[in-house]
Amino acid sequence: MVSSGTSKEFISARDLGLVACRRCTKAWPISATVCARCGHKLQSRDPLSLQRVWALWLMGAICYIPANIYPMLRTQTLFQVDESTIIAGAVELAHHGSLGIAVIILFASVVIPLAKFWAVAYLAISVKTPSSVSMQRRQMLFEIVEYIGRWSMIDIFVVAILSALVQLKTLATINPGPASIFFALSVIFTMLSAQAFDSRLIWDAQAKKGDKKSDE
Amino acid sequence: MKDFAAFDVTTMLDDLIVCPQCDAVYRMNKPKNGERAVCQRCHKVLIAPRRNAGLHIIAVAFAVLFLIIGAAVFPFLTIDAAGNKNAVSILDAALAFSGGPMIFLSLATAGLIIFVPLMRVLLTLYVLVPIVLDRPAARFAIRAFRLSESLRPWSMAEIFAIGCAVALVKVAGLATVGFGPAFWMFGILVVLVIAQDSFMCKWSVWYRLEHPKNS
Repeated sequence: MVSSGTSKEFISARDLGLVACRRCTKAWPISATVCARCGHKLQSRDPLSLQRVWALWLMGAICYIPANIYPMLRTQTLFQVDESTIIAGAVELAHHGSLGIAVIILFASVVIPLAKFWAVAYLAISVKTPSSVSMQRRQMLFEIVEYIGRWSMIDIFVVAILSALVQLKTLATINPGPASIFFALSVIFTMLSAQAFDSRLIWDAQAKKGDKKSDE
Repeated sequence: MKDFAAFDVTTMLDDLIVCPQCDAVYRMNKPKNGERAVCQRCHKVLIAPRRNAGLHIIAVAFAVLFLIIGAAVFPFLTIDAAGNKNAVSILDAALAFSGGPMIFLSLATAGLIIFVPLMRVLLTLYVLVPIVLDRPAARFAIRAFRLSESLRPWSMAEIFAIGCAVALVKVAGLATVGFGPAFWMFGILVVLVIAQDSFMCKWSVWYRLEHPKNS
Protein backbone atom coordinates (compact mmCIF):
# COMPACT_ATOMS: atom_id res chain seq x y z
CA MET A 1 0.00 0.00 0.00
CA VAL A 2 1.43 3.37 -0.99
CA SER A 3 0.82 5.98 1.63
CA SER A 4 0.32 9.62 0.84
CA GLY A 5 3.15 11.99 1.71
CA THR A 6 5.85 10.91 4.11
CA SER A 7 5.33 8.22 6.70
CA LYS A 8 4.31 10.68 9.41
CA GLU A 9 2.12 13.07 7.45
CA PHE A 10 -1.15 11.89 6.13
CA ILE A 11 -3.47 13.74 3.87
CA SER A 12 -7.20 13.62 4.39
CA ALA A 13 -9.74 13.28 1.64
CA ARG A 14 -11.25 16.61 2.62
CA ASP A 15 -7.95 18.42 2.04
CA LEU A 16 -7.77 16.92 -1.44
CA GLY A 17 -11.24 18.18 -2.30
CA LEU A 18 -12.64 14.67 -2.06
CA VAL A 19 -15.30 13.05 0.03
CA ALA A 20 -14.99 9.41 1.08
CA CYS A 21 -17.71 6.83 1.34
CA ARG A 22 -17.57 5.52 4.88
CA ARG A 23 -19.31 2.30 3.91
CA CYS A 24 -17.17 1.17 0.94
CA THR A 25 -14.04 3.42 1.16
CA LYS A 26 -14.40 4.85 -2.35
CA ALA A 27 -13.39 8.47 -3.00
CA TRP A 28 -15.59 10.99 -4.82
CA PRO A 29 -15.37 14.70 -5.70
CA ILE A 30 -16.50 16.77 -2.73
CA SER A 31 -19.68 17.85 -4.52
CA ALA A 32 -21.03 14.27 -4.68
CA THR A 33 -23.88 13.50 -2.28
CA VAL A 34 -24.43 9.78 -2.81
CA CYS A 35 -21.81 7.09 -3.37
CA ALA A 36 -22.32 5.70 -6.87
CA ARG A 37 -20.79 2.37 -5.85
CA CYS A 38 -22.80 1.46 -2.76
CA GLY A 39 -25.48 4.16 -2.52
CA HIS A 40 -24.40 5.35 0.93
CA LYS A 41 -24.92 9.03 1.74
CA LEU A 42 -21.73 11.05 1.46
CA GLN A 43 -20.82 13.81 3.85
CA SER A 44 -17.29 15.06 4.28
CA ARG A 45 -17.92 16.01 7.92
CA ASP A 46 -21.35 15.86 9.44
CA PRO A 47 -21.90 19.19 11.24
CA LEU A 48 -24.68 17.62 13.31
CA SER A 49 -22.62 14.59 14.37
CA LEU A 50 -21.74 15.91 17.82
CA GLN A 51 -25.25 17.22 18.48
CA ARG A 52 -26.65 13.80 17.70
CA VAL A 53 -24.05 12.15 19.92
CA TRP A 54 -24.99 14.35 22.86
CA ALA A 55 -28.74 13.99 22.34
CA LEU A 56 -28.57 10.19 22.27
CA TRP A 57 -26.04 10.17 25.11
CA LEU A 58 -28.45 12.16 27.26
CA MET A 59 -31.34 9.81 26.46
CA GLY A 60 -29.17 6.86 27.41
CA ALA A 61 -28.10 8.49 30.67
CA ILE A 62 -31.69 9.37 31.59
CA CYS A 63 -32.85 5.80 30.98
CA TYR A 64 -29.97 4.45 33.03
CA ILE A 65 -31.30 6.05 36.25
CA PRO A 66 -34.67 4.20 36.46
CA ALA A 67 -32.85 1.08 35.27
CA ASN A 68 -31.00 1.08 38.58
CA ILE A 69 -33.83 2.27 40.83
CA TYR A 70 -36.58 -0.11 39.77
CA PRO A 71 -36.38 -3.89 40.26
CA MET A 72 -34.92 -5.93 37.42
CA LEU A 73 -36.26 -9.29 38.56
CA ARG A 74 -39.35 -10.29 40.50
CA THR A 75 -38.80 -13.70 42.13
CA GLN A 76 -41.81 -15.42 43.64
CA THR A 77 -41.12 -18.45 45.81
CA LEU A 78 -43.45 -20.40 48.08
CA PHE A 79 -43.54 -17.91 50.91
CA GLN A 80 -42.16 -14.67 49.65
CA VAL A 81 -41.81 -12.24 46.78
CA ASP A 82 -38.37 -10.80 46.12
CA GLU A 83 -37.79 -7.74 44.01
CA SER A 84 -34.16 -7.03 43.33
CA THR A 85 -32.47 -4.23 41.45
CA ILE A 86 -29.42 -4.88 39.28
CA ILE A 87 -26.91 -4.14 42.02
CA ALA A 88 -28.88 -5.86 44.80
CA GLY A 89 -29.22 -8.96 42.62
CA ALA A 90 -25.48 -9.11 42.05
CA VAL A 91 -24.73 -8.60 45.75
CA GLU A 92 -27.15 -11.39 46.62
CA LEU A 93 -25.41 -13.70 44.14
CA ALA A 94 -22.07 -12.92 45.74
CA HIS A 95 -23.52 -13.81 49.17
CA HIS A 96 -24.70 -17.15 47.79
CA GLY A 97 -21.17 -17.89 46.73
CA SER A 98 -21.22 -17.34 42.95
CA LEU A 99 -18.71 -14.55 43.10
CA GLY A 100 -17.62 -14.94 39.47
CA ILE A 101 -21.12 -14.46 38.08
CA ALA A 102 -21.73 -11.51 40.40
CA VAL A 103 -18.58 -9.90 39.00
CA ILE A 104 -19.68 -10.55 35.39
CA ILE A 105 -23.08 -8.99 36.04
CA LEU A 106 -21.66 -5.98 37.87
CA PHE A 107 -19.15 -5.53 35.09
CA ALA A 108 -21.66 -5.81 32.23
CA SER A 109 -24.43 -3.74 33.80
CA VAL A 110 -22.61 -1.16 35.89
CA VAL A 111 -18.95 -0.77 34.99
CA ILE A 112 -19.32 -1.00 31.19
CA PRO A 113 -22.30 1.39 30.89
CA LEU A 114 -20.68 3.98 33.17
CA ALA A 115 -17.34 3.65 31.38
CA LYS A 116 -19.17 4.06 28.08
CA PHE A 117 -20.91 7.25 29.19
CA TRP A 118 -17.56 8.62 30.26
CA ALA A 119 -15.73 7.52 27.10
CA VAL A 120 -18.28 8.89 24.61
CA ALA A 121 -18.48 12.19 26.50
CA TYR A 122 -14.70 12.41 26.66
CA LEU A 123 -14.34 11.73 22.92
CA ALA A 124 -16.99 14.28 22.02
CA ILE A 125 -15.32 16.92 24.20
CA SER A 126 -11.79 16.03 23.02
CA VAL A 127 -12.50 16.88 19.37
CA LYS A 128 -13.50 20.40 20.39
CA THR A 129 -10.71 21.16 22.84
CA PRO A 130 -6.99 20.43 22.66
CA SER A 131 -6.30 17.01 24.09
CA SER A 132 -3.08 15.59 25.46
CA VAL A 133 -4.07 12.02 24.63
CA SER A 134 -2.76 10.86 21.27
CA MET A 135 -5.11 10.32 18.35
CA GLN A 136 -4.22 6.64 18.13
CA ARG A 137 -5.22 6.21 21.77
CA ARG A 138 -8.51 8.03 21.26
CA GLN A 139 -9.28 6.03 18.12
CA MET A 140 -8.61 2.86 20.09
CA LEU A 141 -10.90 4.06 22.88
CA PHE A 142 -13.63 4.67 20.29
CA GLU A 143 -13.21 1.19 18.81
CA ILE A 144 -13.38 -0.39 22.27
CA VAL A 145 -16.57 1.57 23.02
CA GLU A 146 -18.16 0.43 19.76
CA TYR A 147 -17.17 -3.18 20.33
CA ILE A 148 -18.03 -3.50 23.99
CA GLY A 149 -21.28 -1.51 24.02
CA ARG A 150 -23.34 -4.41 22.72
CA TRP A 151 -22.22 -6.66 25.57
CA SER A 152 -24.30 -4.69 28.07
CA MET A 153 -27.35 -6.41 26.62
CA ILE A 154 -26.25 -9.54 28.47
CA ASP A 155 -28.32 -8.67 31.54
CA ILE A 156 -31.47 -8.29 29.45
CA PHE A 157 -30.90 -11.72 27.93
CA VAL A 158 -30.33 -13.25 31.37
CA VAL A 159 -33.64 -11.79 32.54
CA ALA A 160 -35.36 -13.10 29.40
CA ILE A 161 -34.01 -16.63 29.86
CA LEU A 162 -34.78 -16.73 33.58
CA SER A 163 -38.31 -15.41 33.12
CA ALA A 164 -39.10 -17.94 30.43
CA LEU A 165 -37.47 -20.87 32.18
CA VAL A 166 -38.42 -20.43 35.82
CA GLN A 167 -42.19 -20.76 35.60
CA LEU A 168 -42.69 -23.56 38.11
CA LYS A 169 -46.24 -22.79 39.20
CA THR A 170 -46.37 -22.30 42.97
CA LEU A 171 -42.81 -23.40 43.65
CA ALA A 172 -41.00 -20.53 42.01
CA THR A 173 -41.61 -18.04 39.27
CA ILE A 174 -39.40 -15.27 37.95
CA ASN A 175 -40.78 -12.29 36.05
CA PRO A 176 -39.03 -9.28 34.54
CA GLY A 177 -39.26 -6.00 36.45
CA PRO A 178 -39.75 -2.52 34.99
CA ALA A 179 -36.00 -1.80 35.11
CA SER A 180 -35.40 -4.21 32.23
CA ILE A 181 -37.08 -2.00 29.66
CA PHE A 182 -35.20 1.10 30.82
CA PHE A 183 -31.93 -0.78 30.81
CA ALA A 184 -32.48 -2.06 27.27
CA LEU A 185 -33.35 1.46 26.11
CA SER A 186 -30.25 2.84 27.77
CA VAL A 187 -28.02 0.30 25.99
CA ILE A 188 -29.68 0.96 22.63
CA PHE A 189 -29.39 4.75 22.99
CA THR A 190 -25.72 4.61 23.96
CA MET A 191 -24.99 2.28 21.02
CA LEU A 192 -26.68 4.78 18.68
CA SER A 193 -24.77 7.61 20.35
CA ALA A 194 -21.43 5.90 19.69
CA GLN A 195 -22.46 5.19 16.09
CA ALA A 196 -23.35 8.85 15.57
CA PHE A 197 -19.82 9.90 16.50
CA ASP A 198 -17.73 10.66 13.42
CA SER A 199 -14.26 9.32 14.25
CA ARG A 200 -12.72 11.42 11.48
CA LEU A 201 -13.16 14.40 13.80
CA ILE A 202 -10.46 12.91 16.04
CA TRP A 203 -7.95 13.06 13.19
CA ASP A 204 -8.85 16.49 11.82
CA ALA A 205 -6.76 18.10 14.56
CA GLN A 206 -3.68 16.44 13.05
CA ALA A 207 -4.47 17.84 9.62
CA LYS A 208 -4.69 21.32 11.16
CA LYS A 209 -1.32 20.91 12.86
CA GLY A 210 0.17 19.79 9.54
CA ASP A 211 -1.11 22.93 7.81
CA LYS A 212 0.52 25.15 10.42
CA LYS A 213 3.85 23.41 9.90
CA SER A 214 3.77 23.91 6.15
CA ASP A 215 2.89 27.58 6.59
CA GLU A 216 5.97 28.27 8.66
CA MET B 1 0.70 16.32 -0.31
CA LYS B 2 3.50 16.35 -2.88
CA ASP B 3 2.40 13.05 -4.31
CA PHE B 4 -0.97 14.35 -5.29
CA ALA B 5 -0.12 17.89 -6.32
CA ALA B 6 0.95 16.90 -9.83
CA PHE B 7 -2.31 15.18 -10.66
CA ASP B 8 -5.87 16.24 -10.90
CA VAL B 9 -7.13 13.91 -8.21
CA THR B 10 -10.61 13.66 -9.66
CA THR B 11 -9.22 11.73 -12.66
CA MET B 12 -7.81 8.99 -10.48
CA LEU B 13 -10.70 8.27 -8.13
CA ASP B 14 -10.66 4.59 -9.01
CA ASP B 15 -7.07 4.31 -7.80
CA LEU B 16 -7.74 5.84 -4.41
CA ILE B 17 -8.94 4.32 -1.20
CA VAL B 18 -9.91 6.36 1.84
CA CYS B 19 -9.86 5.09 5.40
CA PRO B 20 -13.44 5.37 6.67
CA GLN B 21 -12.25 5.93 10.23
CA CYS B 22 -9.66 8.68 9.86
CA ASP B 23 -10.14 9.99 6.28
CA ALA B 24 -6.53 9.32 5.22
CA VAL B 25 -6.17 8.92 1.44
CA TYR B 26 -4.05 6.18 -0.11
CA ARG B 27 -3.23 5.15 -3.62
CA MET B 28 -4.55 1.67 -4.02
CA ASN B 29 -2.22 -1.26 -4.25
CA LYS B 30 -4.42 -4.31 -4.05
CA PRO B 31 -2.99 -6.87 -1.62
CA LYS B 32 -2.59 -10.51 -2.67
CA ASN B 33 -4.73 -13.23 -1.14
CA GLY B 34 -3.87 -13.68 2.51
CA GLU B 35 -2.26 -10.23 2.75
CA ARG B 36 -3.90 -7.23 4.31
CA ALA B 37 -3.97 -3.54 3.52
CA VAL B 38 -3.99 -1.57 6.76
CA CYS B 39 -4.41 2.16 7.32
CA GLN B 40 -0.99 3.45 8.39
CA ARG B 41 -2.49 6.11 10.59
CA CYS B 42 -5.29 4.45 12.57
CA HIS B 43 -4.53 0.79 11.78
CA LYS B 44 -7.96 -0.04 10.42
CA VAL B 45 -7.90 -3.07 8.08
CA LEU B 46 -9.03 -1.75 4.70
CA ILE B 47 -8.70 -4.79 2.42
CA ALA B 48 -8.14 -8.40 3.46
CA PRO B 49 -8.80 -10.76 0.54
CA ARG B 50 -8.72 -14.53 1.04
CA ARG B 51 -8.65 -17.36 -1.43
CA ASN B 52 -12.10 -18.87 -2.02
CA ALA B 53 -13.52 -16.62 0.68
CA GLY B 54 -16.84 -16.38 -1.17
CA LEU B 55 -17.27 -20.14 -1.29
CA HIS B 56 -16.39 -20.53 2.41
CA ILE B 57 -18.80 -17.79 3.41
CA ILE B 58 -21.63 -19.35 1.42
CA ALA B 59 -21.00 -22.78 2.95
CA VAL B 60 -20.97 -21.31 6.45
CA ALA B 61 -24.03 -19.19 5.69
CA PHE B 62 -26.08 -22.27 4.75
CA ALA B 63 -25.02 -23.99 7.95
CA VAL B 64 -25.96 -20.89 9.97
CA LEU B 65 -29.33 -20.70 8.21
CA PHE B 66 -30.31 -24.25 9.21
CA LEU B 67 -28.93 -23.84 12.71
CA ILE B 68 -30.91 -20.64 13.33
CA ILE B 69 -34.14 -22.28 12.26
CA GLY B 70 -33.39 -25.39 14.31
CA ALA B 71 -32.26 -23.44 17.36
CA ALA B 72 -35.41 -21.31 17.30
CA VAL B 73 -37.83 -24.24 17.07
CA PHE B 74 -36.39 -27.07 19.19
CA PRO B 75 -36.42 -26.95 22.99
CA PHE B 76 -33.51 -25.00 24.32
CA LEU B 77 -33.42 -25.57 28.07
CA THR B 78 -35.46 -27.72 30.41
CA ILE B 79 -35.87 -27.22 34.12
CA ASP B 80 -36.98 -29.67 36.77
CA ALA B 81 -37.58 -28.88 40.42
CA ALA B 82 -39.54 -31.21 42.70
CA GLY B 83 -41.64 -32.61 39.88
CA ASN B 84 -42.41 -29.25 38.27
CA LYS B 85 -41.07 -29.27 34.75
CA ASN B 86 -40.73 -26.62 32.10
CA ALA B 87 -39.09 -26.59 28.69
CA VAL B 88 -38.42 -23.44 26.69
CA SER B 89 -37.25 -22.63 23.19
CA ILE B 90 -35.27 -19.54 22.28
CA LEU B 91 -38.44 -17.95 20.98
CA ASP B 92 -40.07 -18.51 24.39
CA ALA B 93 -37.13 -16.78 26.02
CA ALA B 94 -37.39 -13.85 23.65
CA LEU B 95 -41.12 -13.56 24.24
CA ALA B 96 -40.79 -13.70 28.04
CA PHE B 97 -41.45 -10.00 28.36
CA SER B 98 -45.19 -9.78 28.03
CA GLY B 99 -47.80 -7.24 29.01
CA GLY B 100 -47.90 -3.49 28.41
CA PRO B 101 -44.72 -1.78 27.25
CA MET B 102 -42.74 -4.97 27.92
CA ILE B 103 -43.92 -6.26 24.54
CA PHE B 104 -41.46 -3.86 22.97
CA LEU B 105 -38.69 -5.63 24.81
CA SER B 106 -39.92 -9.00 23.55
CA LEU B 107 -39.81 -7.81 19.96
CA ALA B 108 -36.38 -6.28 20.43
CA THR B 109 -34.96 -9.43 22.02
CA ALA B 110 -36.43 -11.71 19.34
CA GLY B 111 -35.03 -9.38 16.70
CA LEU B 112 -31.54 -9.18 18.16
CA ILE B 113 -31.04 -12.89 18.72
CA ILE B 114 -33.01 -14.51 15.85
CA PHE B 115 -34.30 -12.20 13.15
CA VAL B 116 -31.30 -9.93 12.65
CA PRO B 117 -28.82 -12.86 12.36
CA LEU B 118 -31.30 -14.66 10.07
CA MET B 119 -31.75 -11.58 7.91
CA ARG B 120 -27.98 -11.10 7.62
CA VAL B 121 -27.49 -14.69 6.48
CA LEU B 122 -30.19 -14.41 3.83
CA LEU B 123 -28.83 -11.10 2.55
CA THR B 124 -25.29 -12.49 2.44
CA LEU B 125 -26.42 -15.49 0.37
CA TYR B 126 -28.45 -13.27 -1.93
CA VAL B 127 -25.45 -11.05 -2.64
CA LEU B 128 -22.65 -13.63 -2.73
CA VAL B 129 -24.14 -16.60 -4.59
CA PRO B 130 -24.33 -14.81 -7.98
CA ILE B 131 -20.87 -13.30 -7.46
CA VAL B 132 -19.24 -16.64 -6.68
CA LEU B 133 -20.97 -18.27 -9.64
CA ASP B 134 -19.59 -15.48 -11.87
CA ARG B 135 -23.08 -14.42 -12.79
CA PRO B 136 -24.26 -10.81 -13.01
CA ALA B 137 -25.08 -9.45 -9.56
CA ALA B 138 -28.61 -9.97 -8.28
CA ARG B 139 -31.09 -7.11 -8.49
CA PHE B 140 -30.77 -4.75 -5.54
CA ALA B 141 -27.62 -6.63 -4.48
CA ILE B 142 -25.98 -3.33 -3.57
CA ARG B 143 -28.85 -2.28 -1.37
CA ALA B 144 -28.98 -5.75 0.19
CA PHE B 145 -25.29 -5.71 1.09
CA ARG B 146 -25.57 -2.21 2.52
CA LEU B 147 -28.48 -3.30 4.73
CA SER B 148 -26.56 -6.38 5.84
CA GLU B 149 -23.59 -4.22 6.85
CA SER B 150 -25.72 -1.76 8.79
CA LEU B 151 -27.35 -4.62 10.70
CA ARG B 152 -23.99 -5.97 11.81
CA PRO B 153 -23.82 -4.33 15.27
CA TRP B 154 -27.38 -5.43 16.04
CA SER B 155 -26.74 -9.12 15.59
CA MET B 156 -26.32 -10.35 19.16
CA ALA B 157 -26.39 -14.14 19.06
CA GLU B 158 -23.01 -14.48 20.78
CA ILE B 159 -24.05 -12.17 23.61
CA PHE B 160 -27.18 -14.23 24.15
CA ALA B 161 -24.97 -17.32 24.45
CA ILE B 162 -22.98 -15.78 27.32
CA GLY B 163 -26.28 -14.62 28.85
CA CYS B 164 -27.34 -18.26 28.86
CA ALA B 165 -24.28 -19.30 30.81
CA VAL B 166 -24.95 -16.64 33.43
CA ALA B 167 -28.62 -17.61 33.70
CA LEU B 168 -27.72 -21.27 34.14
CA VAL B 169 -25.46 -20.53 37.08
CA LYS B 170 -28.20 -18.43 38.63
CA VAL B 171 -30.77 -21.24 38.50
CA ALA B 172 -28.37 -24.08 39.23
CA GLY B 173 -28.99 -23.92 42.96
CA LEU B 174 -32.76 -23.77 42.56
CA ALA B 175 -33.43 -26.62 40.16
CA THR B 176 -31.95 -29.17 37.77
CA VAL B 177 -31.41 -27.72 34.33
CA GLY B 178 -31.14 -29.84 31.19
CA PHE B 179 -30.01 -28.91 27.70
CA GLY B 180 -32.26 -29.42 24.68
CA PRO B 181 -30.92 -29.95 21.12
CA ALA B 182 -31.31 -26.25 20.39
CA PHE B 183 -28.73 -25.46 23.05
CA TRP B 184 -25.97 -27.28 21.16
CA MET B 185 -27.14 -25.92 17.81
CA PHE B 186 -26.92 -22.43 19.23
CA GLY B 187 -23.40 -23.06 20.51
CA ILE B 188 -22.18 -24.08 17.04
CA LEU B 189 -24.09 -21.19 15.51
CA VAL B 190 -22.21 -18.62 17.57
CA VAL B 191 -18.83 -19.98 16.46
CA LEU B 192 -19.91 -20.02 12.79
CA VAL B 193 -21.28 -16.46 12.88
CA ILE B 194 -17.98 -15.18 14.25
CA ALA B 195 -16.02 -17.18 11.63
CA GLN B 196 -18.20 -15.83 8.85
CA ASP B 197 -17.59 -12.23 9.84
CA SER B 198 -13.85 -12.76 9.88
CA PHE B 199 -13.78 -14.35 6.37
CA MET B 200 -15.63 -11.48 4.77
CA CYS B 201 -13.62 -8.76 3.05
CA LYS B 202 -16.17 -6.00 2.53
CA TRP B 203 -14.02 -4.09 0.09
CA SER B 204 -13.70 -7.10 -2.22
CA VAL B 205 -17.48 -7.53 -2.29
CA TRP B 206 -18.03 -3.86 -3.13
CA TYR B 207 -15.37 -4.08 -5.81
CA ARG B 208 -17.00 -7.13 -7.41
CA LEU B 209 -20.42 -5.49 -7.31
CA GLU B 210 -18.93 -2.51 -9.10
CA HIS B 211 -16.95 -4.54 -11.65
CA PRO B 212 -19.05 -7.60 -12.42
CA LYS B 213 -17.44 -10.30 -14.55
CA ASN B 214 -19.40 -10.45 -17.75
CA SER B 215 -17.64 -13.43 -19.27
